[in-house]
Amino acid sequence: MEKINILLFIVLPYLSLLVFFFGSIYRYRKYKYEYSSLSSQFLEQKSLFWGSVPFHVGIVLIFLGHLFIVLFPKEVLAWNSNLIRLLTLEIGALILGLSSLFGLTVLLIRRLTNARLRAVTSPMDYIVEFLIFAQIILGIYIAYGYRWGSSWFASVLSPYIISLFTFRPDIQAVSQMPWVIQFHIIGAYLIVLIVPFSRLVHFLVPPIHYIWRPYQQVIWNWGRKKAKSKDEIWTVTRPFNN
Amino acid sequence: MNVRAQISMVFHLDKCIGCHTCSIACKNIWTDRKGAEYMWWNNVETKPGTGYPTKWEDQNVYNGGWRKDGDDIELRGAGKLRGLVNIFHNPHLPVIDDYYEPFTYKYLDLIESPAMDDQPTARPVSLITGKPINIKMGPNWDDDLSGTPDYARKDPNLEVLSEAEREAMFQLEKLAFFYLPRICNHCLNPACVASCPSGAIYKRGEDGIVLINQKVCRAWRMCVTACPYKKSYYNWGTGKSEKCILCYPRLESGYAPACMHSCVGRIRYLGVMLYDADRIHDTACSDEKDLVDSQLDVILNPYDEEVQRAAAANGIANSTLKAAQNSPVYKFVKEWGMALPLHPEFRTLPMLFYVPPLLPVMAKLSTVNNDEQAKKMDERAKHWPDNWLYDTSTEELWGTIEQSRMPLKYMANLFSAGDEGKIVNVMKKLLAIRMHRRRVTVGDVDAQKADIMLKEAGLDSLTADEIYYLTSLAKFDDRFVIPASHREQAIEMLEFTGDVKGSTGFGFMEKPERGL
Ligand code: SF4
Ligand code: SF4
Repeated sequence: MEKINILLFIVLPYLSLLVFFFGSIYRYRKYKYEYSSLSSQFLEQKSLFWGSVPFHVGIVLIFLGHLFIVLFPKEVLAWNSNLIRLLTLEIGALILGLSSLFGLTVLLIRRLTNARLRAVTSPMDYIVEFLIFAQIILGIYIAYGYRWGSSWFASVLSPYIISLFTFRPDIQAVSQMPWVIQFHIIGAYLIVLIVPFSRLVHFLVPPIHYIWRPYQQVIWNWGRKKAKSKDEIWTVTRPFNN
Repeated sequence: MNVRAQISMVFHLDKCIGCHTCSIACKNIWTDRKGAEYMWWNNVETKPGTGYPTKWEDQNVYNGGWRKDGDDIELRGAGKLRGLVNIFHNPHLPVIDDYYEPFTYKYLDLIESPAMDDQPTARPVSLITGKPINIKMGPNWDDDLSGTPDYARKDPNLEVLSEAEREAMFQLEKLAFFYLPRICNHCLNPACVASCPSGAIYKRGEDGIVLINQKVCRAWRMCVTACPYKKSYYNWGTGKSEKCILCYPRLESGYAPACMHSCVGRIRYLGVMLYDADRIHDTACSDEKDLVDSQLDVILNPYDEEVQRAAAANGIANSTLKAAQNSPVYKFVKEWGMALPLHPEFRTLPMLFYVPPLLPVMAKLSTVNNDEQAKKMDERAKHWPDNWLYDTSTEELWGTIEQSRMPLKYMANLFSAGDEGKIVNVMKKLLAIRMHRRRVTVGDVDAQKADIMLKEAGLDSLTADEIYYLTSLAKFDDRFVIPASHREQAIEMLEFTGDVKGSTGFGFMEKPERGL
């Protein structure tokens, strides 16, 4: 038992993170063309709305919520000390979870029933969708069955995750957890593990810089001004934007 | 003044025969791949007609292009706010059915079919799913179908016409149509560039070609919405958007783009124009009625010494300046004022210009008595006792233009944001040149009349002859004036050529395939 716990809660997370980190960078540098969200809206428009929007909104916020609790457990506990605030947080999170569950169900059905979409679906897409689907189901079950998640997560799991990142892994608490929660944690590691091998990489390249870049982009491949000037030294120049 | 060079084009619509050779040339080189079968970077439409994708001009449906927003402009269906909010689901995205589902036929069934009582057939199958489909649409489904209720009458440009005008246009005896070949316009104020959240699309400073960096595109598909001409296409196979690249590898080595090189009607002209990059934004924001004029204003005179100095200061090579002076496009667009941009009201400042067609405008049916003529026919000859004549004669000088069969309003809606005056000006020039040439070659036109026409159209016989030459006789090198792009300098500046000696070379090292 001890050995299995070490494998699942120490070896697996480190492995996942390493693969995630180096795999994503390697793929970005070597196979940049493959970095794409691979949108299928062009082949099917209508049900995508009911799938993609609730799913993405739910999952992105839930993900950020988990991240927040890992990083700021004390603040979350302080917030939760008031029942009303606790309930707001928990119910809000549950709604987001249900929203992503609803969205993903629509997406799954859509992918399984539409012949055009099946033509552009790789086995990895199914793995990704089923893994996330299982993860959401587990998450919602935990939120419902083990109250109040945001509090015990902050007090028990945040230290564990922090301990991983500070290289002093302490799995005392996790190994005592009910198996549902353990599965949820393992699921998370597996998802992180497959990021570089799947379309999930698109969440690493959100187009944030669009907000501040000018609308028009003109790129010069070679500085003719520079090339023609007598005073400039001939050097290699990368394409530049003005 | 910030002088830049732009490779731009003129299509002379009177000469287009609608043969689709251009489309095929393009398809064979660039889009004959999985996921791109449905794309026609070059397509030829019949006007009036719905076009490709269906009704692309109707921005109430597709929300493409820019619209005026106070003193400024904004993207209609994309942009920073709308683009990011709609990133999970873009409500304005055209889908495959707006173009057509690509198909092929099971030809093998014809060969491998066992002996039967009936002929074997080759069933159509979808190129997406591989399953049999009923073909509902094709790339040029409305070809030559003027007057049809499903196509011609649904042309969005007809909306400005009154019911009566429309009916008159589609009377069987009055039916007319012309062809409109379209490629990406390589706009000065491209909506596709502005809409791309990843910043994958850019305009090249050196020649103005608009390209999508395939490695940076992340399938956010906003450019497909934003381009009002629907010339950015989403590759459903690879998950990347693609568009016309103006055959830049050919241009860089001095060849004309494939569509232009192969054009049977020789309708296409390509050359450099210089423009003032500082004035682009203001121009795109001008009032609708001034749009065409101010766009033409941004294009600079390559003979002007001040322009030449500014061009040199911006590093524009002498060879490019020379090409700009010889550019057939500059002649058509600026010197002769005969070419207009397609749908300037989309405010992308398209740099592909069209000489509007005169042909479907001319001639009407007049009633005459053909009985005398009929008597002269051999009895065995097949003939119809019709009493009408396809008549191009007119008493007034410009009668054929004013009583045109293709309403000027329709043309104006296509090429001048509704300004009929501009269309009439071009038509007058076209007609005057014809009369002038008829006087020279056939001699049955009153010399005085031809002169008056030239004068009223703002031409003299010398210019008319020049236009005639470039329209009808021009050789390959007159139609395509391609400046040297000095790619050797570019490569030298990008890499130390010694470093890559003996290695794989430049270009794609990774196959453009769909990722997992
Ligand atoms: S025609 Fe469309 S794709 Fe081409 S440059 Fe203009 S906006 Fe972009
Ligand atoms: S090849 Fe030329 S003449 Fe033929 S359809 Fe294309 S543009 Fe028109």
